[in-house]
Amino acid sequence: MPKIQVKKKDTWIDMTPMSDVMVLLLTFFMLTSTFLKPEPVTVSTPMSVSEIKIPEVNVLSILISPEGQVFLDLDNQNDRIAVLERMASNYNIQLTDKEKYDFSIATSFGTPIQAFKQFMALDDEQKNEELKLLGIPTDSTDNQFKGWVLAAREVKGKDMVIAIKADSKTPYTAIKDVMSSLQDLKENRYNLITSLREVSTTPTGD
Amino acid sequence: MMQGDTEGKRRKGEGKKFDTRVDFTPMVDMIMLLLTFFMLATTLSKPQTMEIAMPAKDTPKDKGDVAKESDAVTIYLGADNKIYYFLGIPEPETPNFLKETDFSATGLRKLLMDKNIRVVTQVNELKDQKTRLQISQEEYDQKVKELKGSPNTPVVVIKPLDNSNYDNLVSALDEMLIASVGKYAIADLDANDEKMLINSNVQFNVVD
Repeated sequence: MPKIQVKKKDTWIDMTPMSDVMVLLLTFFMLTSTFLKPEPVTVSTPMSVSEIKIPEVNVLSILISPEGQVFLDLDNQNDRIAVLERMASNYNIQLTDKEKYDFSIATSFGTPIQAFKQFMALDDEQKNEELKLLGIPTDSTDNQFKGWVLAAREVKGKDMVIAIKADSKTPYTAIKDVMSSLQDLKENRYNLITSLREVSTTPTGD
Repeated sequence: MMQGDTEGKRRKGEGKKFDTRVDFTPMVDMIMLLLTFFMLATTLSKPQTMEIAMPAKDTPKDKGDVAKESDAVTIYLGADNKIYYFLGIPEPETPNFLKETDFSATGLRKLLMDKNIRVVTQVNELKDQKTRLQISQEEYDQKVKELKGSPNTPVVVIKPLDNSNYDNLVSALDEMLIASVGKYAIADLDANDEKMLINSNVQFNVVD
């Protein structure tokens, strides 16, 4: 009995169609997506039907954690330094160039200004850990939040947009503090960041 | 020479026939890596926003601007996603004056839609015309704005209680958008509100 001849198969697989598809996907992702900014606390924004997009530049974003801590973020490195300098001179704090530079390339900030120097002396990993526990004071005795917003407004001019990003579970009291601080500064127009949901608007619907 | 001829076309000077197949595997590896990176490090959707304008704090209340009784709706956002509301003028002394509702489609939305049925139908008609390209976006925006500002539309005052959360506030503002309510404001509680909430047995402070 002759042995069954197993045909020697060519193991070569043509990767061309696969790489075609992958390049297509890659291009799609590169063109449509924007980079995630690391935030000190993760917030899940509430849903809304509003479809207005937030502008990409000239935004002061206010991040409010579920525990009510407030963090700020500002684009443009030079503006960040200018804002920091204003705050520092208001609170009589001397800053080194290194601290200024570190601040300008960081993402969200949220330290009470008194603790700023100690905070900047930490290394990056410690900073990330520490920042989660801090936040900008918004209470009436020492409202540094107002100071930051005011400084940002002075530096950025009237085109700056204020955007509030808060977690769905953030208690209203924390929001109220921020909103009334903004009202005190006569900042009456701002944006609430939400994620999209679909709802039918026909009166008989649902 | 002869040998070469018999073997095929491999003649001297013509060169070897190369295999033109290129191995794409390393390239696919690379692209796969990049793709994974982009999928994880980036976000596709740009965040949506909701634009709100708060009334300035120090401006005195304009008495001529007070809403007509039949148009006024006051809603309180309470704990556990509950809404308490009343229509018209407040009656702080009446017990259980506040009615309870929720954020479902049959709750607050139905209430506002029913009150605002004229505007809602007209806005829907306009939306329809816009999708059929009969009117431009600008015209649509203009007309919707006019409709929302027209008289005899509900005026809603949103009063979030301290034990509500941010989601409640955004949902309530969202209902205003859905029901095409043009006139609404966020306000803080005053003494009358507190009396009314107590009389209706509504907890409005943060319980520790």
